[in-house]
Amino acid sequence: MTTQPGEQLVYQRPEAMSEVYTHYCPGCTHGIAHRLVAEVIDELGIREKTVGVAPVGCSVFAYNYFECDFVVAAHGRAPAMATGLKRVLPDRVVFTYQGDGDLASIGLAEIMHAALRGENITVIFINNAIYGMTGGQMAPTTLPGMKTTSSPNGRDVESSGFPIRMSELLAQMDGATYVARRSLHNPTEVRKAKKAIKQAFENQIHGFGFSMVELLSSCPTNWDVTPAEALKFIETQMLPVYPLGDYKSIKS
Amino acid sequence: MTKYLIKGNEAIAEAAIRAGLEAYFGYPITPQTEVLEHMAKRMPELGRAFVQAESEVAAINMVYGAACAGKRVMTSSSSPGISLMQEGLSYIAATEVPCVIVDVMRGGPGLGNIAPSQADYFQMVKMAGHGDFRPIVLAPATVQEAIDLTTLAFDLADKYRTIATLLLDGNLGQMMEPAELPPMQPVRTTPPDWAVGGAVGRKKRTLTSIHLQPEEEEAFNRKLQDKLATIVQNEVRHKEYMLEGAELFVVGFGTSGRVAQTAVKLARQQGIPVGLLRPISLFPFPEERLSALADEARGFLVIEMNAGQMLDDVKIAVGGQCPVEFYGRMGGMVPLPDEVLAAIAKLDQATARVRQPLAARP
Repeated sequence: MTTQPGEQLVYQRPEAMSEVYTHYCPGCTHGIAHRLVAEVIDELGIREKTVGVAPVGCSVFAYNYFECDFVVAAHGRAPAMATGLKRVLPDRVVFTYQGDGDLASIGLAEIMHAALRGENITVIFINNAIYGMTGGQMAPTTLPGMKTTSSPNGRDVESSGFPIRMSELLAQMDGATYVARRSLHNPTEVRKAKKAIKQAFENQIHGFGFSMVELLSSCPTNWDVTPAEALKFIETQMLPVYPLGDYKSIKS
Repeated sequence: MTKYLIKGNEAIAEAAIRAGLEAYFGYPITPQTEVLEHMAKRMPELGRAFVQAESEVAAINMVYGAACAGKRVMTSSSSPGISLMQEGLSYIAATEVPCVIVDVMRGGPGLGNIAPSQADYFQMVKMAGHGDFRPIVLAPATVQEAIDLTTLAFDLADKYRTIATLLLDGNLGQMMEPAELPPMQPVRTTPPDWAVGGAVGRKKRTLTSIHLQPEEEEAFNRKLQDKLATIVQNEVRHKEYMLEGAELFVVGFGTSGRVAQTAVKLARQQGIPVGLLRPISLFPFPEERLSALADEARGFLVIEMNAGQMLDDVKIAVGGQCPVEFYGRMGGMVPLPDEVLAAIAKLDQATARVRQPLAARP
């Protein structure tokens, strides 16, 4: 982008982001999460050595929005695929981008064992408490009482179980070196989320091992609320169940 | 060349390493665990990747990842484990990345047992997961052949950007035989031009199996089918034994083909005009050769360690020109030469006056 005399460029599309429209719904925070990852890739200067692993879910098309090499995994298997890539390309940066159905339900074994092995990869985990791509079904992260198309009367914990807290869980794995939960519901939290994402990528570059950043995200379409209400929902309903913070941070 | 007394599973593992294998991902399951164990020792020694995965599902998806980087990669398993890998096989096929899969078959269905079987013929030859695709399937009958076909499998997988599989039963995996191993090939240093690994000085690459538009998906399917047609044209492999003057033909692969060879020899000693065709490539299947033999045959006998799976393909090749009989054992039982001989004799009697040779027909 060119600037005219007297103008100062303060905000532009990161180099690691493609100049295309996304398929995401209005008000969805995937766009913010993508941008944060792209900014971090730019700042660390790793675009040409990064390989992303897209999941199955709304972000299956993530590869359209990043200017780096990408593969697309089977549902839940991104950490296994990333393991295969990283083991044969140890000097590249490999990250997965996964939703909650992908990572916390069908792919639970793969994410747990990738963490246990201390795979030197970075995982970006989008927790929006619902299956977006298939049209709003109950996710492993759906809140108790929350209505979805497959829990039409609200998630009944007696028959459908409780939500899973992945950051707390993965922090228990000895191979994990950085596990943090952040939120994308306001600018302050977005800035904190970026810092966490940067640390997660830096951890990999330094060879520390497995890192994951969980991002509380909105899904206004399937939550059936406005984008503004969706951000409010994260703040008032999700935060009490999914407290923010660093669950593990080892820098060596 | 030095001959080693070597177990089938270890021979395959070492042959793969010598073919330039860069990564192995697997999960323990009898009767193939020696492949995993050999890799666990040798791969780190050579500075190559080895991971014991948490499941066969994870193992095949690790293979998928390394294959996308353009590295020579393999996994091995046995029947129930291969069932779990079907998901990954379909994705790998649809992404057109090469890899080698070894299936050392055991008795089934279900948990079954760890005894030798050939009941995965349908699973490997006909399917490899959902969608229209078939991997290359190579079926060795000796440890030496297992070694040679392992090398070939890597070359074919690379050549066609496809999945090449070795299909053998627990007998061959566990059996020790004298065999020669090939020399160590160097590991490939330049990645293929489709592999991912960082967009340095080039446009980004994406490897995926998704084509949301039906028109695109159909076009991709046509491309896959064209590739399979080329494989059918170029890569059929089989062995023939005592075909001269034969009017009856036994067809068997792997261990049952080897047992059948003994039975054919015994039958010849009794004056029965019988020969053996042992398919080595199960996909592509030696259909044309079988079809040509059927023109003048009195009958066919298919021998398998299952309920009759390759039987279907033989029947298709024969096209109703003459009777096709079947003799098989199941559940981990291996047919003995005497049993096969009895089946040959029965076919001989049943078809004695059924058909005159082509030359004698009016």
